[in-house]
Amino acid sequence: MNWVGANLDLVVELTLTHARLSIVPILVGFVVAVPLGVFAWRFRWARGVTLTVVGLLYTIPSLALFVLLPPIIGISFLSELNVTIALSIYAVALMTRSATEALESVDPAVRGAANAMGYSGWGRFWAVDLPLAGPVLLAGLRVVSVSTVSLVTVGVLVGSRNLGYLFMNGLQRGIVAEIATGIVMTVLIAVAFDLLLALVGRLAMPWTQGAGGGRRSRRVARRIALTEGPT
Amino acid sequence: MIEFRGVGKRFADGTDAVIDFSLVMPSHRVTVLVGSSGSGKTTILRMINRMVDATVGTVEIDGEDVATLEPVQLRRRIGYVMQSGGLLPHRRVLDNITTVPRLNGMGRAEADERGLSLMDTVGLDRTLARRYPHQLSGGQQQRVGVARGLAVDPNILLMDEPFGAVDPIVRADLQAELLRLQRDIGKTVVFVTHDIDEAFLLGDQVVILSTGGVIAQQGTPAEILANPASDFVADFVGADRGRRALRVVEQDGRRVVVDGDGRAAGVLTDDPAAR
Repeated sequence: MNWVGANLDLVVELTLTHARLSIVPILVGFVVAVPLGVFAWRFRWARGVTLTVVGLLYTIPSLALFVLLPPIIGISFLSELNVTIALSIYAVALMTRSATEALESVDPAVRGAANAMGYSGWGRFWAVDLPLAGPVLLAGLRVVSVSTVSLVTVGVLVGSRNLGYLFMNGLQRGIVAEIATGIVMTVLIAVAFDLLLALVGRLAMPWTQGAGGGRRSRRVARRIALTEGPT
Repeated sequence: MIEFRGVGKRFADGTDAVIDFSLVMPSHRVTVLVGSSGSGKTTILRMINRMVDATVGTVEIDGEDVATLEPVQLRRRIGYVMQSGGLLPHRRVLDNITTVPRLNGMGRAEADERGLSLMDTVGLDRTLARRYPHQLSGGQQQRVGVARGLAVDPNILLMDEPFGAVDPIVRADLQAELLRLQRDIGKTVVFVTHDIDEAFLLGDQVVILSTGGVIAQQGTPAEILANPASDFVADFVGADRGRRALRVVEQDGRRVVVDGDGRAAGVLTDDPAAR
């Protein structure tokens, strides 16, 4: 604990940077992946191609992506943008499949009922399909959030200053407390984000309270996430 | 009045769900389509609001061919009640009931007022208005479904096995409620069921369907019982056995009606006012 006391400023600074670096990819992942998911869900012919492409993106090792991206988009290897873009790609890759499955999870009987009442195409999408896909969407986003927070640490290899720095530095100098602090703070950020997302979900989808649907949708999203994953 | 003229439906996979179906469903009466699965009864119902489009023939509502009407607009003026209520799980009870009036552009305050009075009509406590469907019992959900079907005050109410998913006691309750309601509102109701008892209870006109939407017999329950058109119908309605084969026995000077199993069904009376 001596180490923590002596380096409190550094730990706080790295934690805040780490959180900031995680937020953008999570948001980008959601905003870009939902339309892609809708596209793959609405147009059968597009589904295979879209999901295969995002699936392949997700299998590219993160280090390789950090090295490949800069020359392609013309930025410095050490730019913070490099890490942000790479992690956004992973977030999109993970979230697109979740979004497609979320829309497919909507009960066909409810969809039929909406049609029978006189909802038309996009009207039904906004009023019925999208809200009912909400629980599975949220579950997917929570997986993306945890995955992004942990992937940010790899960014230290290309000069990003975040909690991953504590792993590297602690390892090189043999300070166990430093490594442990890095792990604990990373987990704390992940947990904080997860709780925040769960709270937003509760407020945005009050009908899921006590319906028993939440847990199942989380399982679905986790199953999707575990079938593949970058390192 | 709804009129089917030589209507057929062949699905994309080549199967014929309905072959050459013709029928008049009179206004302000309950027409029950009854048959087992594969009889095309739900397909026939769905052709009225164009959830399914006929491949041949015409379906007319008050002389207007539905094929010429815009499906979305058509559906918004026809009530539709389905099994398990078909409620939107993310909308509160009141919002479910007012869905179609709101789609038609009615203001929230007016729609809510109408929704609450419909809850009274179908026998739902107003305190349930803010609940979500999953917080209601099956019977209550079904009542919400009926209220929603009535929300735009449609001339036509389509009911697709609406009471199929509730237990027998609740079902009997809902059936009685529907009969009472229909006496007040007199809608043109088309009701689909596989339960012949339900058909005889609710139907002014009962249409018994065999495979492919072929009409085995149509008429009032009494007409069908008195004169089953075929062995198929006699077997389907069970006219010659069990609870329908009633006979009169004398007991202590009164005439008691007994069913095929020997169980007393009631007392024969000459007074037509006794009900």
